[in-house]
Amino acid sequence: MNKPSTLKRILTTDIPVVLIILLAIGPFAWMILTSLTPTAQLSASGVSLSPAGWSLDNYIRLLEQTSFLGNMLHSLIIAGGTVILGLVVSVTAAYALSRFRFPGRKIIMLQFLLVNMFPIVLLILPLFVLFRKIGILDTHIGLILANSTVAIPFAVWMLTSYIAAIPRSLDEAAMIDGCSRLQALRRVVLPLAMPGIISTGIYIFITAWNEYLYALTLGGRNVRPVTVAIQTLIGEYQIEWGLLAAGGVVGALPATILFLLVQRRLIGGLTQGAVKG
Amino acid sequence: MSTLVSSAPAEAAQLRPLRSRLMPYALLAPAVLVTLVIVFFPMVQALVTSFYDLVLWKPNATRFVGFGNYVKLLRDPVFWTSLGHTAIWIGLTVPLQMGLGLIAALLLNRDFPWRGLARALVIIPWALPSVVIALMWRWIYDPTTGVLNDILLYLSIIHSTVPWLADPQLALYAVIATLTWQGFPFFAVMILAGLQGIPQSQYEAASIDGASSWRQFIHITLPGIAPVLATAGLLRIIWVANSMDVIFVMTGGGPGYATHTLPLYAFIKARQNLDFGYGTAIAVTFTILLGAIVAVYIVRTMREVER
Repeated sequence: MNKPSTLKRILTTDIPVVLIILLAIGPFAWMILTSLTPTAQLSASGVSLSPAGWSLDNYIRLLEQTSFLGNMLHSLIIAGGTVILGLVVSVTAAYALSRFRFPGRKIIMLQFLLVNMFPIVLLILPLFVLFRKIGILDTHIGLILANSTVAIPFAVWMLTSYIAAIPRSLDEAAMIDGCSRLQALRRVVLPLAMPGIISTGIYIFITAWNEYLYALTLGGRNVRPVTVAIQTLIGEYQIEWGLLAAGGVVGALPATILFLLVQRRLIGGLTQGAVKG
Repeated sequence: MSTLVSSAPAEAAQLRPLRSRLMPYALLAPAVLVTLVIVFFPMVQALVTSFYDLVLWKPNATRFVGFGNYVKLLRDPVFWTSLGHTAIWIGLTVPLQMGLGLIAALLLNRDFPWRGLARALVIIPWALPSVVIALMWRWIYDPTTGVLNDILLYLSIIHSTVPWLADPQLALYAVIATLTWQGFPFFAVMILAGLQGIPQSQYEAASIDGASSWRQFIHITLPGIAPVLATAGLLRIIWVANSMDVIFVMTGGGPGYATHTLPLYAFIKARQNLDFGYGTAIAVTFTILLGAIVAVYIVRTMREVER
C-alpha cells in the first residue's frame, strides 16, 4: 500500500468533501448573510456578500420590536419540562427493561417502539379535543405533555440500551453489600449511565425546541414558542426576509450548538442499534 | 406472549417473593401510564371520532355516521391526489436522501486532515428546526429575489426566473429537494457508522487478489452496509411519510392541491374547516397504509432485541 500523493488526495477527497459540506451548510450560511444585510439594502441590491455591508440592524429590531426573547423563554420552559418529565419516567422503565426478564416485557418494549411510529397528525386532533376538555390548551404543561408523546418512547429505548451496557454484576455486588434494588439503581447504575442520560436529555431538548406542529395547534396564543413566533415575523404586506432570517438564526442557534457539542456521543447511541443488525 | 419466558426462569420467578416479582412493573408504571394517557387513549379517541360527523364549531350537529367518512373518502378526488403525492413524496425523497448520504459517507470515511470538522458540519441540516428550514428554502426559491434563480440565470441554465413554489408542476419537486437536503445527513451518519464496522483486512485481502476499487465497493462495502441501509431506509420511509411541517410552512399544500400529501390533507381539513370527523378518518386511513411498513421495521427491531 503506497501512500497517495497530497495532490491526488486533494483532487479526489478534499474537493468533493468541500462540495458536500457547501451543500450541507450553504443554505444556512445564506440565511446568516441575509440576516446581516439591512432591509433597505436587501431590497435594493440583494444579500451583501462582503462584511462592509453587514450590520446587526435586523437583530436589534428583532429584540426591540418583537417579543422574541419571551418566545425563547416559552420554548425553554417547554423543552426543559419535556426533558425532565421524559427522563424521570423513562429511567426507571429502562432499568426494569434492561435488568429484569418478566412476562409482558416484550410487549411493553414493542409498545414503546410502536408509539414512535404513529403519525403526529393522528395524535394532534384527539389531543386538541382532550386538552380543550381538561382546559390545558395553550399552556406550558399541555405542550410538555404533547412533546412527551415523542420524548418518552425515545428515551426508554435509548436508556434501555445504555443501561444494558452496564454490567449487571455491579448492581448485584451492591445488593450483596446491603443495598436495595432502588439504592443500587440510584447509587451504582445512575452515575454510570449519566453520560447516556445526558445525551438522551439533550436530544429530547433539541427535538422539543424544534417542534412546530404541536406548538402551532395546541399552543400559539399565550404560549408561543420560537418555532411559531418565527413564522409570525412574516410582515403583513410583504415578507421581511431580513428580520425573518435573524429570527431563524437566533431560533435555530440553541439546538444547533447543543447538537454540535454532543454530536459524537449522540450519534454513537443513535447508530448503535442500526449497526448491530 | 406466553412463550416469551422459557420454563426455567419462570419456575425461578414462582419461587421469588411477590414483592420482587412486582418490582419491574412498578418501575415501568409511570412511563406506561403516561403513554397510555397521552398516546393510546387519544388514539382510540381518534378511531371513534372517525366514525362521527364532527365539525368542531357546531358540536350540536355531531352524529354517528358509521363508515360514512370512509365512503366519502373513497369518492374524494383530493384524497386520491394526496395519496399519489404521498407515493411520489416517499418514492423520491428516501432514495435521494440515501444516495446523497451514501456519497457523503464514502467521502467522509476517507483519510484527510480536517475529517472531524467535516463530519460535524455535515450534520447541521439535521439539527435545524423544520420551520427554519422551510422558511430558508422559501427565501432561496423566491421567484423575484431568490438566490436559486440568480445562480441558474448566471449559469444560463434557465433564461427567465422560475416560480419554483407557485408552479403546480414544480412545487412538489421543489419541496422534495428541500426534504432531501434536510434528511441526507442522517443517512450519511448512519452509513458512516456502518462503514467503520467493515474490517480493513477484507479490503487488504481483496486488493492483494487484484480486485478493482469498484469491485471492492460492490462485493465488500455494499454487503457490509446493507443492514444499516435497510434499517435506516425503513426508519426514514416512516419519518418522511409522517413529515408534513416542511410542506405546511413552504406551500401550505398549494398551489391548489399540488403539494397535498395524506397527513397534510388530514391536518388541513381539521385545522381550516375544523372538520375533525373527516380529518381523523383520513389520518386513520393513512396510519393503516403506513402500518405495513411499520410492521416490517418492528419485526426487524424486535428480532434484534431478542439476541
